Amino acid sequence: MDVPDDLHYTPDHEWLRRAGDEGTIGITAYAADELGDVVFVELPKTGGRLESGSVFGTIESVKTASDLYAPVTGEVTAVNDALSSTPELVNSDPYGEGWMIRVRLDDGSAVDALEDAAAYRTRIGG
Amino acid sequence: MTVVPAQLQRTPLFHRHVALGARMIGFGGWEMPVRYDGITSEHHAVRQRAGIFDLSHMGELWLSGPGAGAALAYALVSDPPRLKVGRAHYSMICTPQGGIIDDLIVYRVADERFLVVPNAANVPAVAEALRHRLAGFEAALDDASLRTSLIAVQGPKARSILAPLTELPLESLPYYAIAEGHAAGVPAYVARTGYTGEDGFELFVHADAALDAWDRICQAGREGGLAVAGLGARDTLRLEAGMPLYGNELDLATTPLEAGQGRIVKLDKESDFVGRAALASALEEGPTRSLIGLSLHGRGIARHGHPVHGPDGADPIGLVTSGTLSPTLGKAIAMAYVPRASSATGTMLEVRIRTSHVPAEVVELPFYQRPP
Repeated sequence: MDVPDDLHYTPDHEWLRRAGDEGTIGITAYAADELGDVVFVELPKTGGRLESGSVFGTIESVKTASDLYAPVTGEVTAVNDALSSTPELVNSDPYGEGWMIRVRLDDGSAVDALEDAAAYRTRIGG
Repeated sequence: MTVVPAQLQRTPLFHRHVALGARMIGFGGWEMPVRYDGITSEHHAVRQRAGIFDLSHMGELWLSGPGAGAALAYALVSDPPRLKVGRAHYSMICTPQGGIIDDLIVYRVADERFLVVPNAANVPAVAEALRHRLAGFEAALDDASLRTSLIAVQGPKARSILAPLTELPLESLPYYAIAEGHAAGVPAYVARTGYTGEDGFELFVHADAALDAWDRICQAGREGGLAVAGLGARDTLRLEAGMPLYGNELDLATTPLEAGQGRIVKLDKESDFVGRAALASALEEGPTRSLIGLSLHGRGIARHGHPVHGPDGADPIGLVTSGTLSPTLGKAIAMAYVPRASSATGTMLEVRIRTSHVPAEVVELPFYQRPP
């Protein structure tokens, strides 16, 4: 299962790609595969607040619904609107076009508390 | 990660599913494939071409003897002695209070020999109830569930895929009929039944022969676009077809009348049957709640357990029993129990999905009917 080296990970299978004081957030290929065909993604609005560890959205596959957990605290600066019409991008390109939201981090060092690729790989047994 | 308890049973096809890349889950006490490539693609394959399902977890109970028909007429809400040899019908087994112990299919394979197919999780309860109820009848019960495998081939191409694999004349086998012969190189009962809303067949074979039969059908179906399909697609297919699922739409607290299945309750049959008095008075009073279809008008997917509200959004009036994003219709659909007064087609209701109330219209069941 693909676990890119340059990302940060949560135990709940979200990833974060940091660029300066911003972070892009999505779910991992492992999570997307576990869920199966994604049919609906509910995301916060631009300008909304994100609290580390709290629910920021919902993702639904044909079979089930799962909460999305914020890896960091910050303000939502962008939302991937493409997911409202093509949620299957989460399955086909979880680290690329399947991204979910972009966040301005309150504290850039919070990213250090997340897992690196090696630790996440161990977590999913890969 | 799905953790599968060690005590789950495995069908003879278990290793084939794993080799095909299936995601395995616990279902009804069995370790079963929920999906291979993906529920959506498997669903479309069954609607457009054909899919093959391992249903070996389902039960197979044989009732035999001069009193087998009469015993079933007493034990079930339907009237199996009315079945002609080689025909089948949908039925239910109820408690004396009219609650549903299970829904099942009854096949009459000979004058004095019936095959009853209950849900996997309910095999012990159904077998126990039948054993208890056939006391005094000249009938014997044989639980063949563990030595029998069930393979379903469903979809518009099911017949053309299976026809070269059997001497049985599939084109003249009516819907809800069963014939004994050979299929895919092994002895089989072939029934024209299913749970997908498509034309299709179900093959009852000996467990030892299941892998051979499965592989031959998969090989023969390659050209016709036969897909392996799991329980996930089976669930979305049956939901579109408006078919109830035990544990969702049906349970001990529900009568066949509430579930919209009053037509299978034969109050006019000659013999008494378990649940008769309760169901007769329930019919007279009329059920207080009804199973309805819902088509959601907003964003979100209604799921099992979500509350249903009236249009005023006040206290909940019912519960969603099953819901999904319909792959065929491309919109969220659900089944729910609501008071009879709110069950008319066209009534606007609301489903509470987490924190939001999503408008939902009562629609006719089934959601999908195959083109004639």
